[in-house]
Amino acid sequence: MYFSFGRGGEIENVLGFSTPPISGLWGSALVMSLYTYPFVMMTTRASLLSLDASLVNAARTLGLSLGASLWRVVLPRVVNSVAAGALLAALYALSDFGTPAIMGLDTFTRVIFVEYNAFGLSQAAMLSLQLMVIVCLILFIESRIGGAKERPGKHLMLFPARWQCNAMLAAAFPVVFMAIILPLAVFILWLVREGTGGFELAYAWNSAHASFIAAIVAVLLAIPVANAAIAGKAGRFMERITYFGFGVPGIVMGTALVYVGLQLPALYQTLSLLVMAYVLRFIPLAVGSVRTTSENIDSGLVKAARVLGASPREAFMRITLPLTLRGMIAGAALVFLEAMRELPATLMLGPTGFETLATYMWRVYEAGYFGRAAVPGLLLVLLSGVGLVLMLSGERKAQFTVTEDDRS
Amino acid sequence: MLSVSNLSVNYGSTRVVDKLNLELGHDEILMLVGPTGCGKTTILQALAGLIPISEGAMSLGKWESTSSKHVPPEKRNVGMVFQDFALFPHLTVQQNVCFRLKDTALADHWINLLGLDAFRDAKPARLSGGQKQRVALARTLAHEPSFVLLDEPLSNLDAALKDSLRWEIRDALKKAGVPAIWVTHDQDEALSVGDRVGILNKGVLEQLDTPEACYSTPSSRFVARFMGEASFLTATFDNSSNNPDNTVVTDIGNVPGTPLQNANGDVDLLVRPDDLSLSATHPQPNGTVDWVRYEGESRLYAVTLDNGSQLKVRVSHENAIKPGERAHMALITTHPLAVFPRG
Repeated sequence: MYFSFGRGGEIENVLGFSTPPISGLWGSALVMSLYTYPFVMMTTRASLLSLDASLVNAARTLGLSLGASLWRVVLPRVVNSVAAGALLAALYALSDFGTPAIMGLDTFTRVIFVEYNAFGLSQAAMLSLQLMVIVCLILFIESRIGGAKERPGKHLMLFPARWQCNAMLAAAFPVVFMAIILPLAVFILWLVREGTGGFELAYAWNSAHASFIAAIVAVLLAIPVANAAIAGKAGRFMERITYFGFGVPGIVMGTALVYVGLQLPALYQTLSLLVMAYVLRFIPLAVGSVRTTSENIDSGLVKAARVLGASPREAFMRITLPLTLRGMIAGAALVFLEAMRELPATLMLGPTGFETLATYMWRVYEAGYFGRAAVPGLLLVLLSGVGLVLMLSGERKAQFTVTEDDRS
Repeated sequence: MLSVSNLSVNYGSTRVVDKLNLELGHDEILMLVGPTGCGKTTILQALAGLIPISEGAMSLGKWESTSSKHVPPEKRNVGMVFQDFALFPHLTVQQNVCFRLKDTALADHWINLLGLDAFRDAKPARLSGGQKQRVALARTLAHEPSFVLLDEPLSNLDAALKDSLRWEIRDALKKAGVPAIWVTHDQDEALSVGDRVGILNKGVLEQLDTPEACYSTPSSRFVARFMGEASFLTATFDNSSNNPDNTVVTDIGNVPGTPLQNANGDVDLLVRPDDLSLSATHPQPNGTVDWVRYEGESRLYAVTLDNGSQLKVRVSHENAIKPGERAHMALITTHPLAVFPRG
């Protein structure tokens, strides 16, 4: 939710020289690139981790230079993962609402929201369907290029010279600066200038409360789906279906559930409907996370427990559950983070007067009081940090069973 | 007593194990050997109840499991030692061994006996391969199984460790006094450790007998080849009352024989590398050396006799003959050799 950054104005105010304004198509593209950057980085990183260093070493002993062996051996192996990450980024950009809304770019999501606010529900539904067609196309391409998964191999050790280290840092700096330092600086500037006026802790509580419930429900639902997906074909199909939810933009999910709410008045404008929207949208994150950790468990462990006299239930409670717990926490953290940041669904489905960090930021933006976005903005960044730490610790656990295997 | 009758297992339409019959005495160790893919591991998994069976029955004391009435693994009181150890990575050695025990006295007993006392509180990730397998064994035995299944327990360990751990496991099993089925693809391991040896070929049990019998009187040429270096020498044999000493006549000497599969007349004699002598200085050489492999304390030669049979012979390392040179070969054994019909 860094939708306040890129305001050329602040830089001008502070530093005294003017920068070109960031808005429209190129502005949105830049912000979305920074925003979806982690998706590509994560998938690429995962596939680089699974690449065995001996391959590169073999290429080099066969007479290829390091650069050439990276090009001819490593790149072909990771290109699928890069593409998968890029498609995820595309999916995300399609469903993003905040960025184009602020940059003043007429994307599907923005127009749907305008129609919805103008009570053009049928028009909004029509546009949603068109958007879904594009989403389906991307999901289809994504299912075609699924990269081959391999177990993590040995790490490649390189010994870069000092200038090479500096060059790498320099290459990474613009991303870090634009995505982290600049928005933080702007938020802090606003905080100093405008104070915490108008902000109530209840917003943070509302955000955390709804997202927390959504995270728990999503993980509980994810456990059977993830295990079924490992076990067989029907399960993998089910996993694909849940995946669809991630592709459905929040605004479309919101429109659809508003219809559901209108049919079932008992649900309309309740917290449960909002949680339902969060769960439907973000359950694939939980499924993916639980599934990866479950897959890493040696199936022999459950067999060993059974043979020692444990019933299937006991084996699950004492072996499978403790070993997948980190994955579940990581999955819950992911869902929690995403739900915290989800704007359109919250705007459309939240009970009256139910203000979260994201909707509060949206309303102060609409009212033109940018400065008041500082506290919720900083809180969101802080919570993202906590979530990231949880996720990374889950990942370390997932590698545990592999590093443990030290036979020579 | 564990008894298995007509046990068959199918994967889809392929039969992986075909009509297996065996019975196991109260502290007997049965070695199941066979080449990769012969169904060894499948048999163990079926006995442990980890996969369903298609036909037949198995029983032990209180339970009997058939294809229609499956007894789940936790009701069988079975112990299993896995090839990859299957230690629970989130539990310490002590917790692994005590997995389902209320009374830890027996766990302490096995931890001490197998020399694991110093690693009680270590997680499996910190242990070496040999230590892991000891923990797995301690865990299995501490749960007092009524029979133990070992699935290639040594195949993930290096050669030096294999030799010593082999005897440690055998001693522990004997001390515990439980019957065990031990699967391996290593015939040395099978011959030296087992009370009885079963040889599997494509899901069928070809022979089930003492190690000595499997080695010297194999029931088929497959078993003969699998249990060690085997050569076949053309010979003649009179399987009647005219030949009370069962003497087999060959070009390189006469030896007592054990007729198998009603061998008579033109036969093939099973010759092991230690049943022969080889001399380069003999005045009447009868064969040509094809190749030689130096093995440290001995040399293994392949020699083609003038009658066309190729035999392998193991002699002292001092005896150096080059490939292509002429040499004399003779049968020196006094124990009976297996005689097969000419095939």
